[in-house]
Amino acid sequence: MKPLHTEWLSRIGYQEAWDLQKRLVGEIDREEREDTLLLLEHPPTYTIGSDRHPEHLLFGTDELKRRGIEVFEIDRGGDITYHGPGQLVGYPLLYLDAVGLDLHRYLRDLEESIIGLLADFGLQAGRKPQYTGVWVGDEKIAAIGVKFNKARTRRGFVTSHGFAFNVKRGVEREGFQGIVPCGISEYGVTSLEALTGQSYGTEEIGRLIVSHFSRVFGYEPVVTETASPHS
Amino acid sequence: MPKQIVEIIMPQLAESLVNATIDRWLKQPGDMVDMYEPICELITDKVNAELPSTARGKLVKILAGAGELVDVGTPIALVETEGAASPAAEMPTAPAEPMPASEPVNRPAAVQASPAAAFDPDAPMRARYSPAVQKLAADNGVDLSRIAGSGMGGRITRKDVLDAVTAGNRGNAFSAAAPAAPVEAMARMPEPPRIPIVEVDEGQAAPGSREYAIDVTPIRNTIAKNMRQSVNEIPHAWTMVEVDLTNLVELRNRLKDGFKKQEGINLTFMPFLLKAVVGAIKEYPLMNSVWAVDKIIVKRDINLSLAVGTEDSVLTPVIRNADQKTITGLAHEIHELARKTREGKLKLSDMQGGTFTVNNTGTFGSVLSYPIINYPQAAILTFEAIVKRPVVIGDMLGIRSMVNLCLSFDHRILDGIICGRFHQKVKEILEGFGPDTKLY
Repeated sequence: MKPLHTEWLSRIGYQEAWDLQKRLVGEIDREEREDTLLLLEHPPTYTIGSDRHPEHLLFGTDELKRRGIEVFEIDRGGDITYHGPGQLVGYPLLYLDAVGLDLHRYLRDLEESIIGLLADFGLQAGRKPQYTGVWVGDEKIAAIGVKFNKARTRRGFVTSHGFAFNVKRGVEREGFQGIVPCGISEYGVTSLEALTGQSYGTEEIGRLIVSHFSRVFGYEPVVTETASPHS
Repeated sequence: MPKQIVEIIMPQLAESLVNATIDRWLKQPGDMVDMYEPICELITDKVNAELPSTARGKLVKILAGAGELVDVGTPIALVETEGAASPAAEMPTAPAEPMPASEPVNRPAAVQASPAAAFDPDAPMRARYSPAVQKLAADNGVDLSRIAGSGMGGRITRKDVLDAVTAGNRGNAFSAAAPAAPVEAMARMPEPPRIPIVEVDEGQAAPGSREYAIDVTPIRNTIAKNMRQSVNEIPHAWTMVEVDLTNLVELRNRLKDGFKKQEGINLTFMPFLLKAVVGAIKEYPLMNSVWAVDKIIVKRDINLSLAVGTEDSVLTPVIRNADQKTITGLAHEIHELARKTREGKLKLSDMQGGTFTVNNTGTFGSVLSYPIINYPQAAILTFEAIVKRPVVIGDMLGIRSMVNLCLSFDHRILDGIICGRFHQKVKEILEGFGPDTKLY
């Protein structure tokens, strides 16, 4: 089985993580690095994907500044979403060969990893046909938005961006009240803690998701515990 | 070697992809592009993807601008190649394709290189008309071999086809006799999922309307989604056994009045059935499992989902640890869940964690059903109506109270042998209920 280099970066600013992603994508493209899954938390941040609906951001500039929330317009698919403490963010940087490539299949596999994780907590999560992401009932627990970067040296693609999974209770209120998440106004947002009534850490959930991710994508996880893996 | 113009086509980047939006162009007309070099970014669903060029040469024209939603198979750009640069350009055109009679043999041909080839080496090369033009022609019954192209290198454009359609409408006869070749070429493209076209009259607007629309409630939507997922993902197999309940019917008739007095609820056949199912699952734990692609997860807890119908839906509340309960205990649980379901008081926790489903279809008089598995469980059992039937016992005929038990199972996990044995075990336990059976 292919090795999957997995790193827990703890709290890291959006710009820093984005730059890191771009650098690692290049390294994976040039076969200088194995496929990598970055797991981390962001400080309060809104990111606006390529659908670009600024009207789904409900806060004005002053309100954003007052709340200390940064906003980035980025190169992943999807609309606006929130990142912040208590949310596990995963950036799978994987080389996928062009032969037999199916972009939507990749999304479904990301969802499958998270659905598998939730099943461990006795939660039956699922998909909504038109809305990528993972849902428990009518509430969204994980958002997904990805980019396929054409490899420069090979025929396939290297993925970037990924998923954001709400772990701590309160994440769903703090950040998501300021936006229409992914432009979907009729459904709500939830978190693992809100659904189970238990308390969990994002790093702890990060460890659990590695096994589901590896199972779904067929990897052998290699976890690296470095203090600053991006230096 | 003459220069050739190669079309870059919107590729089928996902099986379910019908169209994608062009986010931005990374190359501009006049730029040189290499084979597989990204030329633009596409957006589909929650994915941004860089689209690689399928030819090497000079980008001469962009056919679909940023922000445009483009159907799969539609050309989005033209690349001028030097001779043999594009392997696709060397492929012979399909022999079935009629040659335009007026075409000079030596003029540079517009050859299309389908980017699908970059993703599927076995993809057939579609011939010299763009799919969009082929589709337009097929939809309108236009013979492309009869049209003179006005596009680059004599290529037939959509406008040419539309002009021909207009001309045809003015009385030209050729369109009616169009050969089927373009249609066949189109038939190789994967069919996008289609929504049936149903005409619905809106509300009161049309007096005397012969139909009306019902809004899909969230619960209906959930049921629809679960059923669809189960049927899509699980290969269902089906089997049935007949069970002789004569002794159980007698037992119940003897006990039911006392039970009602003591417990305050009716004694039905369901708790006996659940007891039998639990006993059989204990013997064949694989019935209580979930398919997880590279492994089968067998659940230690036996949590029975009970299909309970309401006026406009069916819910499956769960009896947890059903194996730890007596027949009386099960009777109370069933009663309680049925009451909560009818009164709409089920909590999320009442619905979660089921490992095997039992459905009492006999309530509605059914004697045979083909149930859909309650996803992601491994099997579902129905309890049909109990009916008195003539039955051969030894070499004699007897009138017995018979019931059919129907089982749908996930054939990825379970085979006929184990399901047969499970079924026999349920039957054996049910037929074993008699005067000595204890309810507590």
